[in-house]
Amino acid sequence: MTTSFVELWVYLSATPLFGLTATLAVYVAASSASARLGHQPWANPVLWSVLALALLLTLTATPYPVYFSGAQFIHFLLGPAVVALAWPLWQRRAELRARAGALLVAALLGGTAASASAVAIGWAVGLPVEVLASLAPKSVTAPVAMGLSAQLGGIPALAAVFAVLTGLVGAITAKALFDACRVRSLAVRGFALGTVSHGIGASRALQVHPDAGAYAALALGLQVLLAALLLPAVARLF
Amino acid sequence: MDTLKGLTLLLLCQSAGEALARVAHLPLPGPVLGLVLMVLLLRWPAVRAPVEAAATPLLQHLSLLFVPVGVGVIAHLGLVTQYGPRMLLSLLLSTWIGLLVTALVLQRLWPRGDDEVPA
Repeated sequence: MTTSFVELWVYLSATPLFGLTATLAVYVAASSASARLGHQPWANPVLWSVLALALLLTLTATPYPVYFSGAQFIHFLLGPAVVALAWPLWQRRAELRARAGALLVAALLGGTAASASAVAIGWAVGLPVEVLASLAPKSVTAPVAMGLSAQLGGIPALAAVFAVLTGLVGAITAKALFDACRVRSLAVRGFALGTVSHGIGASRALQVHPDAGAYAALALGLQVLLAALLLPAVARLF
Repeated sequence: MDTLKGLTLLLLCQSAGEALARVAHLPLPGPVLGLVLMVLLLRWPAVRAPVEAAATPLLQHLSLLFVPVGVGVIAHLGLVTQYGPRMLLSLLLSTWIGLLVTALVLQRLWPRGDDEVPA
């Protein structure tokens, strides 16, 4: 009985079915827990899903590539999701055109501040160049950040780590930060979250309010474009 | 059916974006070019309903899509612990600086009062 159970587990855990099922099941559980807790910032579903899955992989001694053979089907959707950002952009095109100047300046200054301060602080505390190059694109969504860091001479895996952590830090701490600094407008809060904390921040904004979410999605799209156009050019100056 | 059509359109734009980036040696990632192409495509009314049907659920569950990368982060956590607290300091401060600069600049350029968070 025990041996057959172990055999069955060994078989199942090696198929892509395991990674896919585990990811969805854990995320669904984390999302409903987050909803039950009134979407408290610390109850972030990405954070808890990642921790639970990491624990599961450690306990079952499953290597990450085996997990990813199933999870890649979810990961793949990041590409189409970036393209799908065209929809919220299109829906708000009238407002965008009217506010284009303000939004572009805010996205440009905010994105630059996030990227430049990360590199400057990193440089000041003595981090090596390849780590600095991995920090620079951290406000861009993970798959784009990986590509950019490679262009800049950074380490793509490290860039993905920074992008995810930046997303989580923003999603979890932005409410307290904005409350303390009296940033009250939902659109402004959403836009700032999307600019700095990309998809994870945008998902958080969407949870709070559709208006905040729409501006976050807009900022996310803008930031990806601006960073992809400007970061390689800026890096060439150094 | 609309959802499937929309998903096909999203993938077609992404593929066209990837192809364009390669052929023209553009510094932009394929999905980003796909986004631009999709915005252009949306001028055509027939594609709007399908794109909405596919884009809405995809963006609604956007945070799910970061979970596999996030789990990978745990696998690479050794890289972070190597430089430890210095890296976290840079990460935390720069995230807050970025959030505040974006919010305060936008607030200055665009004072809105109609959508305040209930205090």
